[in-house]
Amino acid sequence: MLENLLAPDAASAQAVQVDAAFYFLVAVSAVFAILIAVLVIVFAVKFHRKRPDEVGAPIHGSLPLELLWSLIPFGIMLVMFVWGAWLFFHLTRPPKGSMEVYVVGKQWMWKIEHMGGQREINELHVPVGRPVKLIMGSEDVIHDFFIPAFRVKADVIPGRYNTMWFTAIKPGRYHIFCSQYCGTKHSAMIGWVTAMSPADYQAWLTGKSGGGTLVQSGEKLFQDLSCSTCHTEASSGRGPVLHGLYGKQVTLATGEKIAFDDAYIRESILNPQAKVVAGFQPIMPTFQGLVSEEQLLQLIAYVKSLGTTQADTGAAAGAPGSSSSAAAPAGTKKSGM
Amino acid sequence: MDTVVTPPLNYLNDGYGLGSWLLTKDHKRIALLYLVSITAFFALGGFFALLIRLELLTPAADLVQPDTYNKLFTMHGVIMVFFFLIPSIPAVLGNFLLPIMIGAKDLAFPRLNLLSWYIYILGGTVTLIAAFTGGIDTGWTFYAPYSTASSNSHVIMAASGVFITGFSSILTGLNFVVTTHRMRAPGMTWFRLPLFVWSTYATSLIFILGTPVIAITLLLVAVERGLHLGIFDPALGGDPVLFQHLFWFYSHPAVYIMILPAMGVVSELVQTFSRKNVFGYAFVAFSSLAIAIIGFLVWGHHLFVAGQSTYAGLVFSILSFLVAVPSAVKVFNWTATMYKGSVSWESPMLYAIGFLGLFTIGGLTGLFLATMGVDIHVHDTYFVIAHFHYIMVGGAIMGYLGGLHYWWPKITGRTYPEPWAKFAALMVFAGFNLTFFPQFIVGYLGMPRRYAMYPPEFQVYNVLSTAGASILGVGYVIPIIYFIWSLKYAPLAGPNPWGAKGLEWEIPSPPPTHNFEVTPIVTERTHQYAPSQEVRIV
Amino acid sequence: MSDGHAHAAALHGGAPHEGHHPRLQEQFDDMGQQAEASTLGMWVFLSTEIMFFGGLFMCYLVYRTASPSGFAEASHSINLILGAINTGVLICSSLTMALAVRAAQTSAKPRTQVTFLLITMCFGVVFLGIKAYEYYEKFREHHVPGPYFHWEGQYPKAAEMFLSLYFAMTGLHALHMIIGLGIMTVITVMAWRGSFDEEYYTPVEVSGLYWHFVDIVWIFLFPLLYLIGGHYQ
Repeated sequence: MLENLLAPDAASAQAVQVDAAFYFLVAVSAVFAILIAVLVIVFAVKFHRKRPDEVGAPIHGSLPLELLWSLIPFGIMLVMFVWGAWLFFHLTRPPKGSMEVYVVGKQWMWKIEHMGGQREINELHVPVGRPVKLIMGSEDVIHDFFIPAFRVKADVIPGRYNTMWFTAIKPGRYHIFCSQYCGTKHSAMIGWVTAMSPADYQAWLTGKSGGGTLVQSGEKLFQDLSCSTCHTEASSGRGPVLHGLYGKQVTLATGEKIAFDDAYIRESILNPQAKVVAGFQPIMPTFQGLVSEEQLLQLIAYVKSLGTTQADTGAAAGAPGSSSSAAAPAGTKKSGM
Repeated sequence: MDTVVTPPLNYLNDGYGLGSWLLTKDHKRIALLYLVSITAFFALGGFFALLIRLELLTPAADLVQPDTYNKLFTMHGVIMVFFFLIPSIPAVLGNFLLPIMIGAKDLAFPRLNLLSWYIYILGGTVTLIAAFTGGIDTGWTFYAPYSTASSNSHVIMAASGVFITGFSSILTGLNFVVTTHRMRAPGMTWFRLPLFVWSTYATSLIFILGTPVIAITLLLVAVERGLHLGIFDPALGGDPVLFQHLFWFYSHPAVYIMILPAMGVVSELVQTFSRKNVFGYAFVAFSSLAIAIIGFLVWGHHLFVAGQSTYAGLVFSILSFLVAVPSAVKVFNWTATMYKGSVSWESPMLYAIGFLGLFTIGGLTGLFLATMGVDIHVHDTYFVIAHFHYIMVGGAIMGYLGGLHYWWPKITGRTYPEPWAKFAALMVFAGFNLTFFPQFIVGYLGMPRRYAMYPPEFQVYNVLSTAGASILGVGYVIPIIYFIWSLKYAPLAGPNPWGAKGLEWEIPSPPPTHNFEVTPIVTERTHQYAPSQEVRIV
Repeated sequence: MSDGHAHAAALHGGAPHEGHHPRLQEQFDDMGQQAEASTLGMWVFLSTEIMFFGGLFMCYLVYRTASPSGFAEASHSINLILGAINTGVLICSSLTMALAVRAAQTSAKPRTQVTFLLITMCFGVVFLGIKAYEYYEKFREHHVPGPYFHWEGQYPKAAEMFLSLYFAMTGLHALHMIIGLGIMTVITVMAWRGSFDEEYYTPVEVSGLYWHFVDIVWIFLFPLLYLIGGHYQ
C-alpha cells in the first residue's frame, strides 16, 4: 500500500476531478506559503538589528501595494470558487438513469438495499462504469456516508433523504466510513464498498437474490397497510391516485406547488396533514411508528415504480426526463423481474 | 526582599490578602485572576489531548474504550474552545492592556469585569462537574438529535456550563466596547489607537452579537432534552439542520474571536521588534472589522454536505473566500512591516514569526474547505482538524504566548530567561508542525475525525502526530516553569525593556494601581520610532 | 450604583465611590462621561438581547414557513383577549416608566418618582399574573408539549411545535419581566432614599431602556403568536 501513503485510491470518475482541483489548491497554497516564508526569513536576516539604538525606516504604507495584494489573491480565489462550485454541482447531481441503491444508517451500522431486494450490512456491491445513486436516510441520529476512494460523502439525516452518487472506475474494495459523529461506536460504523466488473456484479446479484424486489415488497406493504383503499383508481377518490405522479409537480390545498418526490412521499406517510394535495380532505391517518425506515424506502420504491409505469404505458410526451428515460426504466425493470 | 529601595506602590503590592484579589475591581488584577484560571483549564484540556494522542498511537481502542475516548475529545474541545481559547487573549491581555493602551484608569465597568470572571468560574465549575461525574460524549458541537435524544451523558449540565460562561464573554465584550468608545484619553483618536485595541474591539463585537445565539441554542438543546419540547429532534417534528445553522452562526465567528486578538498581538510584536510602525495602518485596522463582519456571514460552509440548498452553499462559499482577503492583507502588511525595519530576534518576535508561517498555512488550507467540491472529500476528516489547529493553536496560542512574553515584564515587573524562552518557542514551533502537518495528509487519505479506532494504514501519520504532541507539550511546560521562577528570581525589567513605543511602556512596571498619575495627552500614533515623520510611499 | 448594566447592579450590589460628585466612580473623569458610558453599555447589552431572542425568532420563522396552516390552527387556540389585555398593560407600563424617568430628570420629589415606579411594577405584576393564568389554561387543556400533549385539530405536530415555541418565547420574555421587576425594586428603593436628581438619574434611565426593550419584544411576540390565528379557516 506504499502508493497510497500520500494520496488515497482514486477509484471513481469523481475522484479524478476532485484531485485535479485539490492539487491546484495545493500548488497555489505552496506558492503563497513559500513566498511568505521566504520574505519573512529574508527580512528577518537582512534587516537584523545591527546597533541597539537602530530604528526602522518611516514607511507608512502604499495604496497600490495594498490593492495588489488584495486583488490578486481575490482573483485566484474566484477561480477556486468557480471551480469548486462547478465541481459541487457535478458531484451532487446524479445523472438520470443512475442505478439506485437505498441506504439506511442506524447506530452503528449501514443497511443497504438494492432494487432487486438484495440486502447487505456494512457492505455495498456496485458495478464498475455505471453511475450509482444512493438514497439515504437515518433511523436515529445524523450519520455520514463517506467513501474516500470515490471522494464523495453526504450526511445521512433522520427525517429526510439525502442523495449522493458516483461512478466506480476501478474494481476493488474500498472503505466506507461514518464521518459524522454518532455516538459510542462511531468509529466502528465502517464498511466496505466492492466495485466489480459488470459481469461479476450480475453474478453477485443473482447469487444474492432472495425474497421480493424492493418494488414487490413495497407493493405488498401498500396492500397490507390498506394504502390501496384510497390511492388507486378503483378507490372512491378519497386520496390522490399515485400512478404517474412521481417526479411531477402537485398543487397543495394552500395553492403552493411542490415536487412529488421521495421526501414528499415520506412526509405524507408520516405526517399526512402537513401538505395535503388540493381537492382532498385531510383524512389520512399517520403511519408514524407503524412503518420502519426500510419499509418507507420500499413504499417509496413502489410509488416511484408507479410513476415510471405510467410514463411508459401512457408514453406521455411531456413527462419530465422522458428524453433520458431510456436507461432509467431499463434499470428498474430488470431488477423488477 | 534584599532590594535596597522599597519598591514604589503598584497594583501588585497594593494589598496582599485573599480578599484584595477576590474582590478586586482593578482590571490588572482581574487579568491575573483570568491568567491563573485559564492556565489551569489549558493544562486540563492539554491533558485530555495527551490521552487522545496516546490512544491514537495504535489503530485499536486499547488504551481507553471508545466510550471514554468520545468523552475525552468532547472535554478537550469544550474546555479548549470555551474555557481557554475564547477568553485567553481578550480576558488576560485585553483586560490588562486595553485601559492602559487608551490612557484610562480602568475599564468602564470594573464591577462588571469582576462579575464576568466569577461567571466564567461558575460556568467552568459546572462544566467540570459534568466532566468528572460521568462526562459528556457529544463532541463540543452538541449536534442534535444525538445530544438531545441519543446520548446518555451529562449533556444538560455541560450545556449549562457553556451557557453560563457565554455571559462572561458578553459582559467582557460589552465592557471593552464601552471602554473603547468612552474612556479614551484626550488626543487618543480612533486612528491613533494601537492595533491591538482595534482587534480587541472587533472581537468584542462578535462577543456581543454572536454569543447570545449560542446561548439560546444550547438552552433549547437543554430544554428539548429535559422537557421534550421538540425543536431540533425530527422524531418530535424538529429540524436537526436548524441546530447546525444556529450553532455555527456563533461558532464560526467564534473562530475569529480566537484569532483576531492574536492578530492584534502580532501587530504589536512586529512593530516593536522591527522598531517600525506598521505598514498600512488603516488596512490592518479595518481588516479586523471586515473579518468580524464578514465572519458572521460564512457559517453555512460547515453544512456543505448536510443537504443545504446548493444555492445557499454558493453564497456561503464565495463569502468564505471573501473573508480570507482581509486575513491575507494582514499577513502581507506584517511582512512588509519588517522590510527596512530593525528586526531583533527576541523570543516574542520568534512567536510572531512562527504565527506568520502557521497562520498562513492555516488560512490557505481554509481555502480548500471553502472550495465546495473539494470540501465534500475533506469535510469532517483530519484535514479539518489540522486546518483549525493551525489557526487556533498555530495562530491563537502562538499569539497568546508571544503576547505573554512581550508584556510579562510589564505585568510582573520582571524579565524571564531569554535563552529558555527562545528554546521553548522553537520547541513549540517544531512540535506543532510535527503534530498537525501529518493530519493534513491522513485527512486527505480519508481518516474521519472523532475515531477511537482506525484502519491500520493510517497508523504511521498518527504515530508522527503523537511524537509531535510530546514535543509540543514540553514546549508548553517550559514557559510555565520559567514564568513562575521569574516572579521571584528574575532581574527587574524596568519600565520599557524592549524600547517599545506605546502608552503601556511609559508607565512603571508593574503599573501603579490607577495606571496613570495624570491622564496622558496623546499626540501621535503608537510605534513611531523614526525621528522624522515624513511619509514615503514605496 | 451607576453601572450601565442594570442586571449586575441589581444582583451585585456595591457602594458608591468617593469622588468629586458622591456618585462619580473613580475610573471616570466626570459625571457626563459616566452617564454616557452607562447608557451606551445598556444599548450594547440590548443588542445582545436582540440576538438572544433572535435565535428563537429564527426557529419560529423556519417552522412557520414549513407549516403555516398548522401554526394558524395552533395560534387560534391561545387566548387572544388575554393577550390583547396584556399588550395594553405593557404599553401602559412603558408610559409610566417614561414618566418615572422624566420625574427623576426633573428632580421631582422622591414620592412622585416612587409612585410612577410602583405603578410600573404593578402593571408588570398584572402582566405576569395574566400570563400565569394563560399557562394554567394551556396546562388544563393538555396543550403543554411533552408526553401528555393532546391535540384535537388537523395538525397535531405543527401545533406541538407552535406551542413549544410559544412556551419558549413567552417564557423567556416572562423571565425578562421578572428580572425587570427585580431591577425596579432596587431603583424604587434608591428613589425613595432620594438618590436621583437632574445631575444623577442614569440608573433610572438605563432601567427604563431595559423595561422598554422587554415591552418591544412583546410587541413582536403578540402578533406572531396571537394574531396569526386570524388565518385559521
